[in-house]
Amino acid sequence: MNINTTKIISLLFFIFSAFYLYTAYQIQVFAFDENAPFNARTFPIYLGYTGLFFSGLKLILPDPDTIKVEHKNLEYKKTGILILIAIIYGATILKVGYFLTTSLFLFASYYFLGERRWILMFLLSFPFVAGFMYLLHGVLDIYLRDPFLKLIGVMG
Amino acid sequence: MIEGILIGLTTALTFKNIFMVMIGCFFGTIIGMLPGLGPMTAIALMIPITYGFDPATGLILMAGVYYGAVFGGSTSSILLNAPGVPGTVATSFDGYPMAQQGKAGKALAIAAWSSFAGGTLSAIYLLFMAPSLSKVSLSFRSPDYFALMILGLTAIAAFSSKGQFLKAMMMVVLGLMLASVGQDSLSDITRFTFNNMNLTDGISFVLVVMATFAMSEALTIILKRNDPTAAAKQVSLTELGSIKINKEERGKMYKTIPRSSVIGFLIGVLPGAGATIASFLAYGMERNLVKDEEKEKFGKGSVNGLSAPETANNAACSGSFVPMLTLGIPGSGTTAVMLGALLGFGIQPGPRLYMTNPEIFWSVIMSMYIGMVILLILNLPLIPYIARILAVPKNYLIPLILFFSITGIYVMSFNNFDIYLMIGIAVVATFLRLYDFPMPPLILAFVLGGLMEENLRRSLLLSNGSWEFLWDRTLTVCILATTILIVLWHIYKTLTKKKS
Repeated sequence: MNINTTKIISLLFFIFSAFYLYTAYQIQVFAFDENAPFNARTFPIYLGYTGLFFSGLKLILPDPDTIKVEHKNLEYKKTGILILIAIIYGATILKVGYFLTTSLFLFASYYFLGERRWILMFLLSFPFVAGFMYLLHGVLDIYLRDPFLKLIGVMG
Repeated sequence: MIEGILIGLTTALTFKNIFMVMIGCFFGTIIGMLPGLGPMTAIALMIPITYGFDPATGLILMAGVYYGAVFGGSTSSILLNAPGVPGTVATSFDGYPMAQQGKAGKALAIAAWSSFAGGTLSAIYLLFMAPSLSKVSLSFRSPDYFALMILGLTAIAAFSSKGQFLKAMMMVVLGLMLASVGQDSLSDITRFTFNNMNLTDGISFVLVVMATFAMSEALTIILKRNDPTAAAKQVSLTELGSIKINKEERGKMYKTIPRSSVIGFLIGVLPGAGATIASFLAYGMERNLVKDEEKEKFGKGSVNGLSAPETANNAACSGSFVPMLTLGIPGSGTTAVMLGALLGFGIQPGPRLYMTNPEIFWSVIMSMYIGMVILLILNLPLIPYIARILAVPKNYLIPLILFFSITGIYVMSFNNFDIYLMIGIAVVATFLRLYDFPMPPLILAFVLGGLMEENLRRSLLLSNGSWEFLWDRTLTVCILATTILIVLWHIYKTLTKKKS
């Protein structure tokens, strides 16, 4: 059976809008605001109904310009790995510090995307991040937390 | 006004700001040349760096990036028939055939001079129009602003949807929903936070822009196995030829540039329309206005056919600043990103901007002109070298885009939650992009969400909860009528397309 993915996305958006609308009705407002012409839940309620309206229309109206995506041609593996590396990067950046995690993130990303020129990979990770860090921290005065560099005495 | 121009010139002509325009133009040209990575990505990547500067310098840098990206898009249109940005698609109609005839250098020069002239003329129009419009917009009331925002969102949905209006409207609603997360601005009641303290202040604008543009574009490139740098590798091998323009060609450009700049600027002022529509309209208009002999050359390397869209797309860029600077309502996705950045600086663009922050208002206008000069004298001779820089393999380019995106969020919030949220939104955006759900409407809606709720709140409170405010004032009715016309026009176009 040929399933129209756009319709599935519209259905998901319809469900999401319904959930959003339900949550909007649950917003606790002050007692004196309950019957006011406008309170904290008014705008979200309108938005919820608007979402239901447009996604509902998309669901019921015919879709002549169906987008067909050839899933066989998509690179899911590399994309998934890249997302995973980014999540690990996000999880460690605060504890380990900006310099080491960012350099390793870049190095690992180059590697998993198929790069094998080790010297270039190194130059575009560790020294590059050091230079960028100097630009942010030293020149632009943007604070960067780095427990690792603090531990080895590079950063004050 | 003279005083304002002088303030603007003094600010824009400082060494730091000229340097920023140069950096912006250079960086924008590089990103603009890469098919798939447009000005919004380029500006989004620059936002974290701009927070290290004062607002005027930050905005000047972003304006430079914007012009550079449009210019870079023209270069890849001419040399490779692969427009870097949608606004330069019409440039390829005559630019690419010219390049194939061995006149790539000439085509680039015509494009550069036309961009320069279009941008310069429109900066002059902006110079005179913006203050007058600011005065007019002081008479706007909350219902008018609310109606204007509905018009802007409907227009961007209609123009950016490639015939998929409902998909674009769904993106508008999603953008407004994301904007509603966090504390309500008046009562401080938290909404949609699910007891997560990280969401109390709402979702950061930079996070949404980085996720939906920079990061999701990088993921899309990997997912679709595209190689945006492949085009650049060919550029360095191309014989560019002479960049001299002869007298006859100059004569043709003298006629084309003024009329195309006017149409480009006016289209740019309209909410949602932007450079793409301006360049197509200018191309079509030029074809109708030239002699039959020249008409035959259109599509085969016509000077008029190349000059018209190039003039118009640059003029439209300046035009799109008008609603942002005067009404505080961005007319395009790109200016929405800039507005978001300005709000991050604590500056509220609007009719009073040129009175409260004249140095920002005027220096941006002045820097547009400086940006045009820099694009002409710096970028045109440097195109072959820029192309060589671009030949960086995508294996390096993609991680670097991800690195700039994540760093941008990290330096702003210093928490892991924002990084996870950004990755989550980027994954959803990548999936939606696969099925042609446009992202600019989402960004515009996200930026306007808070303002829209605020104006609806005021309007409803003033009219005791009645929706009569929508037809109480003539101006509100006119704006809403325009919105309805856009929707009807879109339905008409869809129906006629189906019949044909």
